[in-house]
Amino acid sequence: MLTAEEIQEIETEAGHYPKREAVCIDALRIVQRHRGWVSDDSVHDIAEHLGMSDTDVDSIATFYNLIFRKPVGRHVVMVCDSVSCWIMDYDRVKKHLHERLGIEYGQTTSDERFTMLPIVCLGCCDHAPAMMVDRDLHSDLDPQKIDSALEKYK
Amino acid sequence: MTGNFDKPLTERMHSDGSVVDLQAYEQAGGYQAIRKVLRTGMTPMEVTEEVKNSNLRGRGGAGFQTGLKWSFVPRGKDIPNPTYLIVNADEMEPGTFKDRLLMERDPHQLIEGAMVAGFAIEADIGYIFLRGEYTLAAERLARAIAEAYEHHYLGENVFGSGYSLELHLHISGGRYICGDETGLLNALEGKRANPRSKPPFPPSVGLFGKPTVVNNVETICCVPHIINRGAEWFKGLGRTRDGGTKLFGASGKVKRPGLWELPMGTTVREILEEYAGGMRDGVKFRGLLPGGASTDFLVEEHLDLPMDFSSLDKAGSRMGTGTMIVLDDQTCPVGMTWNLTHFFAQESCGFCTPCWSGLGWAERILKSMEEGHGQPGDLDKLAFQTKMWAPGHTYCALAPGAAEPVQSALKYFHDDFERHISEHRCPWR
Amino acid sequence: MATVFVDDRPYEMNAEQNLLHGCLSQGFKLPYFCWHPALGSVGACRQCAVKQYKDEHDAHGRIVMACMTPASEGARISIADPEVVAFRAGIIEGLMLNHPHDCPVCDEGGECHLQDMTVMTGHDYRRYEFDKRTFRNQNLGPLVNHEMNRCIQCYRCVRYYRDYAGGEDLNAFASRDRVFFGRHEDGVLENEFSGNLVEICPTGVFTDKTLKHHYVRKWDQQFAPSICVHCALGCNTDAGERYGSLRRIVNRYNHEVNGYFLCDRGRFGYEFVNSDKRFRQPVLRGQPTSVAAAHRYLEETIAKGRVIGIGSPRASLESNFALRSLVGADQFYSGLADQEAKLIRQMLEILRRSPVRTPTLREIEECDAVFILGEDLTNVAPRMALAVRQSVRQQPMETVKKLKIPLWLDFGVRDAMQDAKGPLYIVAPYRTRLDDVATATFHAAPDDVARLGFAVAHALDSTAPAVAGFDDSTLAGEIAGALKAAKKPLVISGTSCANEAVIRAAANVAKAANAALSFIALECNTVGAALIGESPLSAAFQAVRDGYADTVIILENDLYRRALHAEVDSMLSAAPHVIVLDHLPNRTTEKAELVLPAGTFAESDGTFVSSEGRAQRFFQIFTPQNDVSASWCWLKPDRWRDLDDVLAAMSAEFPELAAVREAAPSASFRIAGAKVPRSPHRESGRTAVLVNINVSEPKPPEDPDSPLSFSMEGTPDQPPAALIPFFWSPSWNSIQAVNTYQKEIGGPLRGGDAGVPLFEPAALNGQPYFSAIPPAFRPRGGEWLLVPMYHIFGSDELSLAAPGIAQLSPKPHVAVNSSDFAEGMEVEVTCAAGMFRLPVRIYPEIPPGVAALSAGLPSLAGIVLPAWGKIERAR
Ligand SMILES: Cc1cc2nc3c(=O)[nH]c(=O)nc-3n(C[C@H](O)[C@H](O)[C@H](O)COP(=O)(O)O)c2cc1C
Ligand code: SF4
Ligand code: FES
Repeated sequence: MLTAEEIQEIETEAGHYPKREAVCIDALRIVQRHRGWVSDDSVHDIAEHLGMSDTDVDSIATFYNLIFRKPVGRHVVMVCDSVSCWIMDYDRVKKHLHERLGIEYGQTTSDERFTMLPIVCLGCCDHAPAMMVDRDLHSDLDPQKIDSALEKYK
Repeated sequence: MTGNFDKPLTERMHSDGSVVDLQAYEQAGGYQAIRKVLRTGMTPMEVTEEVKNSNLRGRGGAGFQTGLKWSFVPRGKDIPNPTYLIVNADEMEPGTFKDRLLMERDPHQLIEGAMVAGFAIEADIGYIFLRGEYTLAAERLARAIAEAYEHHYLGENVFGSGYSLELHLHISGGRYICGDETGLLNALEGKRANPRSKPPFPPSVGLFGKPTVVNNVETICCVPHIINRGAEWFKGLGRTRDGGTKLFGASGKVKRPGLWELPMGTTVREILEEYAGGMRDGVKFRGLLPGGASTDFLVEEHLDLPMDFSSLDKAGSRMGTGTMIVLDDQTCPVGMTWNLTHFFAQESCGFCTPCWSGLGWAERILKSMEEGHGQPGDLDKLAFQTKMWAPGHTYCALAPGAAEPVQSALKYFHDDFERHISEHRCPWR
Repeated sequence: MATVFVDDRPYEMNAEQNLLHGCLSQGFKLPYFCWHPALGSVGACRQCAVKQYKDEHDAHGRIVMACMTPASEGARISIADPEVVAFRAGIIEGLMLNHPHDCPVCDEGGECHLQDMTVMTGHDYRRYEFDKRTFRNQNLGPLVNHEMNRCIQCYRCVRYYRDYAGGEDLNAFASRDRVFFGRHEDGVLENEFSGNLVEICPTGVFTDKTLKHHYVRKWDQQFAPSICVHCALGCNTDAGERYGSLRRIVNRYNHEVNGYFLCDRGRFGYEFVNSDKRFRQPVLRGQPTSVAAAHRYLEETIAKGRVIGIGSPRASLESNFALRSLVGADQFYSGLADQEAKLIRQMLEILRRSPVRTPTLREIEECDAVFILGEDLTNVAPRMALAVRQSVRQQPMETVKKLKIPLWLDFGVRDAMQDAKGPLYIVAPYRTRLDDVATATFHAAPDDVARLGFAVAHALDSTAPAVAGFDDSTLAGEIAGALKAAKKPLVISGTSCANEAVIRAAANVAKAANAALSFIALECNTVGAALIGESPLSAAFQAVRDGYADTVIILENDLYRRALHAEVDSMLSAAPHVIVLDHLPNRTTEKAELVLPAGTFAESDGTFVSSEGRAQRFFQIFTPQNDVSASWCWLKPDRWRDLDDVLAAMSAEFPELAAVREAAPSASFRIAGAKVPRSPHRESGRTAVLVNINVSEPKPPEDPDSPLSFSMEGTPDQPPAALIPFFWSPSWNSIQAVNTYQKEIGGPLRGGDAGVPLFEPAALNGQPYFSAIPPAFRPRGGEWLLVPMYHIFGSDELSLAAPGIAQLSPKPHVAVNSSDFAEGMEVEVTCAAGMFRLPVRIYPEIPPGVAALSAGLPSLAGIVLPAWGKIERAR
């Protein structure tokens, strides 16, 4: 079931388009913002709310990088793996995070605190290497900066 | 870094990184262009002509003449309704970080640009299509749009002129292909962002089947200044035929990675050496991608080329987004090519064969090469694949973009590839 | 037409089309995947690349996709240019990267479009050395099998399923080289046309699951051209057999009728032929008996005189005619229930006087305003629903033409059209599966359906009678306006409402709107049976009741499905001798003294008349190794030696049926002295049909009735349309070989399409307006008007004996709109036929006082609808 708040947010966005199905991606994002990820049930609820089939909503959901169709931890660490960061020693950042969190890409720490994912260029190339944790950008990363950045996310 | 030239796009920005709000923007002469257009009774065609005369070329990468694009939009009474203006703020091209600055620091400039552009194409509704990771830009744009609505700059009857424009911010679900203007249209319609066939082109059949213009953030930001100060002034900003200033950037192991508003046609060397401060100590220059991941490598011999669309086209590369990615001698060119190809393979929408299939294969070849398992025939296979991705061979420009760095890397760094194969390892590891 | 130069030689091509279409029409072997003549071009696979040159001085050229490039006057292209040859080889190499090496165990092997194109392109050696991507397959239900690892991402499946057929539960997931085509989760594909995926998919992702259970290669099957027996539309099929069992049905292209597509009932209903319950030898008083004994009994009983024959709407013209000849014209009854017989007679009368011929399915696709009165097409005449679904694109297409977007440029057209749909109005007692594309729907009791129709006619032409006391004139006006504005308006109606006024109303609308008129009957030869026999069932019952007859011969007809059981019981017990010819046991055969094993379509030749009035021939697919034979063979007099004799006798007696002889070439037809082979060449050289037993072959059976041979021997040439047992030509082993049988791709077959229309248009519209308009429906307190609700899977008698179809058949139920009941509640429906316990479904759109009752399901057989009945909560 979508919450009243989710429905209201979806409807606000829906007002921006001439067609109801056009709000599908916004709806997925809204639900994900509230729940962390988009479950099968959420796919179904969104489909129902927009008068679409589950299949069609899922087809869209699985196309986009920022829609998570699997559960994630409380915080999502997205590490830029694109070219400028790669030049600026992305490997070290990745290795440090792997070791620090004890997880690989796509995995979640056992305390469900962090999920780690690769992400394409964050547009922070002049301060590479970079990562995003939830909605925050962290740049000019080195192991110390990573450690102190992660501290903030409980 | 200051020079003796106008910097219309960035001059109002606060040095502390905070946002130029509506009040500050107006104090600095903002919202005068739209006032001029509406108060002096310029017609949409006149605005379009002015922009055409300014020789403004799209800053999204392809460099298409903006005024010309606008002139393709059907006008008059019998045209399908509504007309849409879309600001392409998807900026996902690796190595590119220019539009972010414009949106985070001076969002009203973009809004005013959208208003003028919208007026020129007689748009009723505008969307800013913003990539999801740009959270700060999202906040600031949303705030600025709200301010503009509060002051009745947006919405019905702008400045009592009878012109109306609704402007919405759409935040993307995240996918490089959304940046392609027709993929973007599908994304905005809530669909999978596969590109569309062209023809029909967006100015005749665009968003929801209606006439639509898609322009890059930086392109739109230039528009108010062209109206305020005239086409000739704008042309005069550039050092070469392609007019205006341009946001140029540099990343990689340079001393001062960053972004600068410079005259169009500033040479590669100036940007690299004067603005970016040259290479970091201990590393040497080997090459650079002049404008994002989907441009051809340039090497030493190209450093004195002016950075503009025509000059780089002539040199067999492209200016792209104008944000260069610098390769140094401590970094493996094969690894870099793999990284780039990995990006394109991953971001392929999965629609046309040379792209979804060929990029995946090329990526695997490069990975195995980098990991020391390269085979003698691999370079031929790679070279063949890049031909499969040539413009027109694929459905959209993603794969042709992916071909550029690979093709040029094979040309300029051929020995490095050979060494990976013959030594069964990456010499940089 | 445009002159296009291909490798410097001029060819005439259709200028309205693309270069791929033009090249294929000219017979060039230009490979392709994502393009399909019915789906248009999208440029996904990039396989059809050619070199295009600006002019004759352009030595360089550039590679373009043939399917995305118009065949414009003076265009110069090369197929043979080495660069483009290499490009095409590169594409197929790319497509094959992830494709498994599983051809030997793949159901598509040997008739695979991908295989054909791979060979055509010359890709033979795999250079790819990495892991292949793998997927989990889904269970998509009993009809279609899913094997995703074989996918080449051509997007045909979703384009067909969603864009063409209107399905919503199949789509593309994920991206890059991992696009998954399937459902959100495992489950039966919901669309009634899902089986076409089997032919749409160029490789073995979607295959026929029913074939899988008794798989044989295409080249090991014996085929014959056939006609679908599962509804009245007469879709053309090819059916394949091996070792005495029917293995599958594939689409047989007929430009005018089914085009490239069948419905799932038609494709998968065939398995009743293989049922182990089939009668395979005569049964006399419950005991198997010999053919000779059966014949002796038949002759003796008939010799005693006083015989009547009851024909059948699911038996061929020939079988009905043979029975009629045997018992005498006055003693022959059509086998149709009374109400249905009356409706069909009415329909035929209207059609005979109509100045326009009933449209073919292709013509229906081209209609630009459609008004459906009283029919749930998807469940009654499924393939027509698919045609109507295309018709709603006609009007928006005008906008597309104005934008100068070529009509074959599929995504361009769809982007420009968006959700715009042309007029489609559906007026029926309850929702239908076409409502999603309807402009408006109106749900009413049959009499009110008719009244709205009459009102529309009146709104179109004030000389058509007005409807007294009619108050919903807005909708009538809207429909009239849409029909009037259309270039090709169409009215569709039929027997579903079991209401004569509905049919007459449809006739009035068609006359007033100058529209085409399409009437739908229920069974594969309903129209044919009605043409041969006028008297309905009750007259047969009367004859027995009156002691007029003591022997009743019943032809392929379970009377218990058509009349009240009490009436059938009393008739059958009053008749001393009951002889039944049928395929499968049913209540009627249970009562028979003698049952003769009647051949199904697979074991018989014959002709059906579709509801379009098109006579179409089907041919025996194999000779059964038992006593089964066509009903007409059991019944015919000795002087008729073969099918042609039956046809000759029939046309002598029924001038209206004379054209039936033209439905297919006669048995003496030969191509260069040779018959048409039923089996494809076995490229393996392994020609023994009975390899599993012995390689020394028995002599193949003779076929005196048709120009087809029971072997792979015969003409290598393409036979006339009615005789095409399978589509094959050199290099084209897949169903795409149909390209080479068409004059122009997507157009008529060479030599014309199969079948002959029986009703020629009248010179003038001799049909006066009907003026008997029923009063508005008034709900009766305490009683419900029970109307039939048809189910694509279940309402058809024969396909229900196919396990896959049976599995999809809904449980019998009654649909109402009443607060007295809740969804799923058990109720008792009591009517003249008795009391039936059923679950209730709540359909909010059904008008008060009307209830829709599952029709044709075995447990509800014998309820003659419409009827009045009570519905009460079960105790
Ligand atoms: C794969 C791909 C990605 C693109 N990404 C962007 C982008 O992020 N931002 C952008 O402005 N243009 C992008 N473009 C270019 C757009 O298609 C389009 O040309 C541009 O938005 C037009 O604006 P302009 O004329 O102002 O440059 C992309 C093109 C392709 C093929
Ligand atoms: S499933 Fe078949 S039809 Fe669909 S894209 Fe894959 S190969 Fe093509
Ligand atoms: S058939 Fe032309 S691109 Fe697929």
